[in-house]
Amino acid sequence: MTPVVHRVVGRRRETDDVVTIQLEPVSGTRLEFRPGQFNMLSAFGIGEAAISLSGAPRDPGPLRHTVRDVGPVSHALCQSDVGDLVGVRGPFGSDWRIGDRSEDGRDRDTVVVAGGIGLAPLRGAVQELVAASRENGGRVFVLVGARDPSQIIFNEDLQAWADDGAYVDLTVDRASAQWSGRVGLVTTLLGRAPFDPARTRALICGPEIMMRFTARALVDMGVDQRAILVSLERNMECGLGWCGHCQLGPFLLCRDGPVVAYAGVVSDLLAERER
Amino acid sequence: MTTSMTQLLEAYPLMNGLSSDAIALVAGCARNVAFEPGALLFAEGASADTFYLLRRGHAAIEVHEPGRGQLVIETIGPGEVVGWSWLIEPYRWTFDARAQDSLGAIAIDGACLRAKSLDDPAFGYALLQRVAGQILARLQATRMRLLDLYGEANER
Repeated sequence: MTPVVHRVVGRRRETDDVVTIQLEPVSGTRLEFRPGQFNMLSAFGIGEAAISLSGAPRDPGPLRHTVRDVGPVSHALCQSDVGDLVGVRGPFGSDWRIGDRSEDGRDRDTVVVAGGIGLAPLRGAVQELVAASRENGGRVFVLVGARDPSQIIFNEDLQAWADDGAYVDLTVDRASAQWSGRVGLVTTLLGRAPFDPARTRALICGPEIMMRFTARALVDMGVDQRAILVSLERNMECGLGWCGHCQLGPFLLCRDGPVVAYAGVVSDLLAERER
Repeated sequence: MTTSMTQLLEAYPLMNGLSSDAIALVAGCARNVAFEPGALLFAEGASADTFYLLRRGHAAIEVHEPGRGQLVIETIGPGEVVGWSWLIEPYRWTFDARAQDSLGAIAIDGACLRAKSLDDPAFGYALLQRVAGQILARLQATRMRLLDLYGEANER
């Protein structure tokens, strides 16, 4: 699959090492995608990396990718400026299934738990959920953990979601006394959020240890583990399930993931020690 | 109709599974208190004679580091416990606890509770089990934060 050349049409610094870039195809139409999916982005002459889409399908305009500067490709993407060209292959993988209805068809609570840059792949889902909540009911809870206040991304979105009726709560691992918000592990936010565990689905994205502990805490609270989705990544390369580099147990995560159900084999895989 | 202290205490996870007689014993050591935003619940080094069950508002557990000022280690919210040092000698606070906003709490006299625990070891053991459970949860959360999970990353 050949990369489609896109032009950077917008760039926004989210934190000291996270940048959101907006991409328009040089020719042709914008790619269609579902929240939770990812693209393989090429920094020409350097390489390719899997980057989640952080936009929402309902938002017109360019594709949004939020990138953390952690290696040569992501560094080049973070440094890219308006007018630069980027290759895009995708979209790939599974999504957050936000259109799924509950078994009895009634509205349910959706708890979104994000750690650090993990909010990026969830942003589009939350945009859709908040809009759907306004139109059709169903409560949305957005719980975010970050290293420190300066590392919280999408501050304006978090405020907008709260203004639109979502329950939004934040916590950081460390802070000075000037920070008036919460300090503690993201799981501590679960006990304070007034969702109904028996009628809750959960979407979790962040470091795997964080997802493991969050999923366990939700199950302990009474959330059906079949209603918990997590986003997993390994070494995504081909994006098509051919090369096998992203295999995790029975999954080829570029094809079967990144969004997978926590119940069953994934709960075991998250707890398994790598050999 | 006013809510009795026993009724208030029954709502707290710390009291889960305790008999009504045991909760009444705790209630005998308890009183309602309020703190203005910024007020200290207790200060590092002071005698740890009272702990708090938060009813409303939040408390920040803080420590002062020369050159960096006050650092917030953790925040505690409604339904949660502030303070463990009343339980273990030398009964001295290790950190500051400060009201982040307008705070309402049940203050419990630690010395009173220790005395009742000595008189009634079954009560004391039941109480200790619950306090230890909360300390364990807090310790596990603290260990997780020590991992600096959001700091590690690589390109995938």
